[in-house]
Amino acid sequence: MIVQAFAFYLFAGILLLSALMVVTARNPVHSVLFLILSFFNSAGLFVLLGAEFIAMIMVIVYVGAVAVLFLFVVMMLDISFTDLRKGAMNYVPLGVVIGSILLFELVAIYSYWQFSPSTENNLALPGGGFEGIGNAHAIGLVIYTKYVFAFQVAGLILFVAMIGAIVLTHRTRSGVRKQKIEEQQSRKASDVVEVKKITPGTGV
Amino acid sequence: MEALTEFILWGWGFWLARTVIYTLLVVIGLLLTVAYLTYTERKIMGAMQRRQGPMTVGPFGLLQPIADGVKLFSKETIIPSQAHRVVFLLAPMLLFTLSLIAWVVIPFDKGWVLANLNVGILYLFAVSSMGVYGVIMAGWASNSRYAFLGGLRSASQMVSYEVSMGLIIVCVLLVAGSLNLQDIVLAPRPVWVQIMLFPMLVVFLISILAETNRAPFDLPEGESEITGGFMVEYSAMTYALFFLGEYANMILMSAMTVILFLGGWLPPFGMSFLDFVPGIIWFALKVALILFFFIWARATLPRFRYDQLMRLGWKVFLPFTLAWVVLMAGTLMTFDALPSQVRADNPIADVVGVVEGAASELEEVIENVVEKTKSNNETE
Repeated sequence: MIVQAFAFYLFAGILLLSALMVVTARNPVHSVLFLILSFFNSAGLFVLLGAEFIAMIMVIVYVGAVAVLFLFVVMMLDISFTDLRKGAMNYVPLGVVIGSILLFELVAIYSYWQFSPSTENNLALPGGGFEGIGNAHAIGLVIYTKYVFAFQVAGLILFVAMIGAIVLTHRTRSGVRKQKIEEQQSRKASDVVEVKKITPGTGV
Repeated sequence: MEALTEFILWGWGFWLARTVIYTLLVVIGLLLTVAYLTYTERKIMGAMQRRQGPMTVGPFGLLQPIADGVKLFSKETIIPSQAHRVVFLLAPMLLFTLSLIAWVVIPFDKGWVLANLNVGILYLFAVSSMGVYGVIMAGWASNSRYAFLGGLRSASQMVSYEVSMGLIIVCVLLVAGSLNLQDIVLAPRPVWVQIMLFPMLVVFLISILAETNRAPFDLPEGESEITGGFMVEYSAMTYALFFLGEYANMILMSAMTVILFLGGWLPPFGMSFLDFVPGIIWFALKVALILFFFIWARATLPRFRYDQLMRLGWKVFLPFTLAWVVLMAGTLMTFDALPSQVRADNPIADVVGVVEGAASELEEVIENVVEKTKSNNETE
């Protein structure tokens, strides 16, 4: 137990610190790197919860793909972020209000809130019954059977979002020289090379 | 209290000592393999180009990698004055560490594994997908145009090829029915399944070339266009770490191929009369075979053009592997060859169950909607 507690405080501590650094770091690239560190530590917390499948997916999807694209974009920005931050202090009151509301709600839930016994029925898969199998296995057992509808709809929404992003950002540029491989392959020497007979002293 | 301290001292002490010794064994073995992989590479490429390769240091040039190592260690580490120091130094360390920590889940023989994770293959995939950060950080922190171009190239290249690698892994998982690397090796595979997996093996071999930034996909380094790419500002130890990381990654990817497709530590072609040979020897031989492929490709093929590389990844490999996942799943389902444990544990997992479940769910939803509209109409 001591080791678990130690690991928890380590992961949670680094997570909070790096999350703080994401918003306070001066250099945007450093911010993204701290964001990656915080993703990584939250994956560690998932492992401690025994949800190793989600932890690995977290690392593969967020750290391995999403954050790479973040970093890719942020690296190429040429904006002076100190100029952008000049008016940031104006938003502090609003931020404090929203933050305190969220904090209040969290405190309310964890201190006074009582769940009625019938809430048990609203939980996903009441009763469990997944003891003794790995959680990747457990997810596999239900996601394509009990939740196939919700799962497919989620996939469809992502698909629509992807198409939307492509449609919004796509623009046809003129003057782009594209390689047409079929054209290159089907070209014959006789179509493009012409042998001229030149008599000496005349030129072409 | 005394019992507790004793437990911590003996129980944990023993566990810790064992783990440290095993880890050291793996790491030292890996570093030696990396050193002699560079020697082998130079020798093989020499033979392919009718040269001798390293010959002067030691007998047959066998001490050449050690001489190279000593040279790199004794040089001065130069940090450019315009570089972002912390990130600049962090990048090679990160790349090297990542290439080492992946080895905890690799089974060298039956039971010879540091951490027998249930999600081993996902862990491996996660660690290999993080390798891109070392390169991209190095490219950015160097604050140099060439290095930055190298970093950008590698970021888009590695992300592109990971997608098809993931789908190939899904194909293998369909056959194995487990995410544990030992189970994947031990899962029974009929000959026709192996034949169906063969195209995936070919695509996987090409993808690991791209994933490790090796020729013919070594555009991030591209010494003839961007003078060494992301490594251009690195020298001495930091350069050595990149070098070690790259070669350790090559060996890692070879081990991954061996585990996914070539049966890990088992004797080849199911020849059980060869069982007396220790499994780790088979494993090493198979890894060496894939490593030979790496070197062979480097000595044979010219570098890809960048748009061709992207075209191959997104327009050829991705649709092909995606179609192959569907084909594999359909074939395994039709010929009743899905892994047995999945069927045994899960009575709903057969085709009828899935379709019926989905249909009844849909019916419920439709009924709900119909009822709602009815009641709405009535109230109106």
